[in-house]
Amino acid sequence: MAEAAALWISSHLAEKIRAHGAETYPHECCGALLGRDSNAVLAGDRGESSSTAAREILGLFPLVNRRDDSPRNRFSVTAQDVLEAEKAAREQGLDVVGWYHSHPDHPARPSEYDRDHAWPWYSYIIVSVQNGTPQDMTSWRLNDDRAEFSPEGIEIRHRAAVYNL
Amino acid sequence: MPVKVMIPSPLRPYAGKRDSAEFNAQTVGEALGHLTTQFGELRKHLFTEEGKLRSFVNVYVNDEDIRYLAKENTPTKDGDTISIIPSIAGGCF
Repeated sequence: MAEAAALWISSHLAEKIRAHGAETYPHECCGALLGRDSNAVLAGDRGESSSTAAREILGLFPLVNRRDDSPRNRFSVTAQDVLEAEKAAREQGLDVVGWYHSHPDHPARPSEYDRDHAWPWYSYIIVSVQNGTPQDMTSWRLNDDRAEFSPEGIEIRHRAAVYNL
Repeated sequence: MPVKVMIPSPLRPYAGKRDSAEFNAQTVGEALGHLTTQFGELRKHLFTEEGKLRSFVNVYVNDEDIRYLAKENTPTKDGDTISIIPSIAGGCF
């Protein structure tokens, strides 16, 4: 039976995102999420199997925040940055499936500014960095009508535990 | 050969999963108009309610940004490629 879609990421990559947010604090960090969408088959403990749609994050492409006029509350990735991230993804056989950024001293929830500037389909990971220490990390996808984001569950999974059809 | 419009990943689900579409068009605006007529759900992601291209939508004709040409009035001819490239932006408040 198919389960709801989720975002899968290794603990290693999740920690790299958190570390990037700590490194750039009090400024926002940003970067690309490299991975792929898959329908994974999972083996259960008793030999049963189930399929689930998942977006796997398999790499990161950290970027420089181009909003040097207001980096404490804004981030920007230029079209050229996007093209470079896409090139890096292709070289690894992956796609750019989303973006991450940090919220210094703000919760890991998308702002109205985030919503107004978002693209559909991409996953948007936000990590809250409070007083320089990374806290909550969440992921979001813009709804089709652009009215709001829907949360996307983050699951810490090791790639070896999943195989694709 | 008509004008080819390259569709970025985040918009492909709204364009029948296509990565490009071809139209006969004299200008960029005409090509984007054909694109959003054929794939109506794309419109709100490319344009504001006032009908202007969203600030994070970058449009190139053969690698030249239309902001430095004639914007949506930039002329196009058969064989040209129009690329839609996202910018990404956000912020905590």
